[in-house]
Amino acid sequence: MAGSTLASATADGAPPAGAQRRLVSPWGEAWRRFRKHRLAVASAVVLSVIVLGVLVGPLFWTVPIDEIDFRARLQGPSWAHPLGTDDLGQDLLARMLYGGRISLAVGFAAMIVAVVVGVLVGSVAGMSRGALDAVLMWVTDLFLSLPSLPLLLLIIYLFREPLRQIVGPEVGIFILIVAVIGGFNWMPVARLVRAQFFSLREKEFVEAARALGASKRRLVMRHILPNALGPVIVAATIDVAAAIIAESTLSFLGLGFPPDIPTWGRILFDAKDNLDFAPHWALFPGGAIFLTVLTINFVGDGLRDALDPRRVI
Amino acid sequence: MTQYLIRRLLIAIPSLLGISIILFTVLALAPGDPFEELATNPAIPPEVRLQLRASLGLDDPVHVRYIAWLTSMLRGQWGFSFVSRIDVDQLILQRLPTTLLVIGSSQVVALLIALPVGVLAATRPYSLFDKVANTLAFVGFSLPTFFTGLLLILFFSIYLDWLPFVYRSQIDATGWRWVWEHIRQAIMPVMVLGLAQGAAWTRFVRSAVLDVIRLDYVTTARSKGLPEGRVITRHVVRTALIPVVTLVALQMPAVFGGAIVTEQIFRVPGIGSLLITAILSNDTPVIMAVTFVFSCLVILFNLMADIIYGWLDPRISYS
Repeated sequence: MAGSTLASATADGAPPAGAQRRLVSPWGEAWRRFRKHRLAVASAVVLSVIVLGVLVGPLFWTVPIDEIDFRARLQGPSWAHPLGTDDLGQDLLARMLYGGRISLAVGFAAMIVAVVVGVLVGSVAGMSRGALDAVLMWVTDLFLSLPSLPLLLLIIYLFREPLRQIVGPEVGIFILIVAVIGGFNWMPVARLVRAQFFSLREKEFVEAARALGASKRRLVMRHILPNALGPVIVAATIDVAAAIIAESTLSFLGLGFPPDIPTWGRILFDAKDNLDFAPHWALFPGGAIFLTVLTINFVGDGLRDALDPRRVI
Repeated sequence: MTQYLIRRLLIAIPSLLGISIILFTVLALAPGDPFEELATNPAIPPEVRLQLRASLGLDDPVHVRYIAWLTSMLRGQWGFSFVSRIDVDQLILQRLPTTLLVIGSSQVVALLIALPVGVLAATRPYSLFDKVANTLAFVGFSLPTFFTGLLLILFFSIYLDWLPFVYRSQIDATGWRWVWEHIRQAIMPVMVLGLAQGAAWTRFVRSAVLDVIRLDYVTTARSKGLPEGRVITRHVVRTALIPVVTLVALQMPAVFGGAIVTEQIFRVPGIGSLLITAILSNDTPVIMAVTFVFSCLVILFNLMADIIYGWLDPRISYS
């Protein structure tokens, strides 16, 4: 039954009935379904270009990010500065390539934090019945109803200075931002994992493993968790996008990374007061955030069709 | 229904307490001592400093401090703003109506977009309209609010010069002109929030309607000879809205996050921009109070979702 109805409207039709299909592995099957989602494939290509560009780009575009040139202030795109310059004459392409590394690194690291916490909470709740499960779910629901942005701002406000003194300004704020964004994003993963565990632990193959004397730990690690992974991968993809938006929001409010680290949100924050005479300054980083988030979301949608076909939202 | 409401209210109390514990923990764990300055002041001997600490209850056990803090928070004694030199609760009361107005009207906009588009898309699944609507919804919720805001300003204020991009609380006009000016300056903030929410809700509505529309009771309604429009509005949408309300309630924290950003971009004098100003000027009492108010608002909106839930699905309020 799995895979006969695609959840998203952007996918093309239903896959053909595979009577004469050769034997395919689950991953091959997933890849076949993912390819059906044309927008997701296109997004995966665009996203790879962005990631590659950000990783490799600074090797080829070697203009320093902090070279101040007052003769070239607030210039639009030109051959010398493909994305123009800011109010100090700094090259925007170089700054965006550098900032992209930070934004993507924050998104990825915060996703890891969220998934690790979410899988831990979800699997403990899913394997235990009764009080522990109830308490963990109460905490999860509580976190879901916390106003995350005000709390993020509050925590960063309170802990920024001390952490800066301990591990330095860049690393300190990086750890802080990753930890708080991850710490406010784990709840959907926890709920997903718990729901998966609830249905999987009653399945025959788990019962068989239990009958053969598998320990609880082995049951979880070898039998239940791998089967619960599909929806988690989908949620993790969406989490990267959410974390990138969260980091950009913080930087945009002037409370993220310090001014000498030009993340995409930070460049936007600096650009927003010059919107009327240097729109390119805001459009490029904003467009970069938008394109990255959009492609990640589409890839997530494609992965949902591929790995988790029965869920609709 | 009354019993149901009371039950929901009682359930809201533990979550409020939980949130207050988290807030207090963050505050208690935060480094920094309010008496740091006194410690370096040679005119104040250490004994006096210690006495001061004790008299203010700073050396009490954690739970005593928590209860003292919670009672003063609940009584509305939120302290005195370091910067504005007035009571924090007054400051917030001045600004809360603007925030509620902007958030409220943006929710209405979101509903007006999401309901028709989502239902229409679900009644014609995989049609051209559905694909376009779904792609636009994806674009809509992938656009961060701060970037939409800047784009709107760039297009409507700078390029076309139609709308003002700074929100003014004092408008020197009377009568209809005053109303018109207020609407004009609220359009962009409301649209930024409303479009983002509308995009997310459209997907919720579509998938919920898609789930319901294949059920047998809908076929029954059709075979009774009811007109299609009536089947959709009375039978399908009402049932489909139940999961949508849950998801919308879950989105509330994100709405407030968006409201903070929007207020900051358009300089709307609400509590969101108050929070940012307070953080930038180290005004701790205001920061704490605004965060607390946001928490209360989330719980209030969740309660409202519960009420709508009970109205949509009468079984819930009876059980």
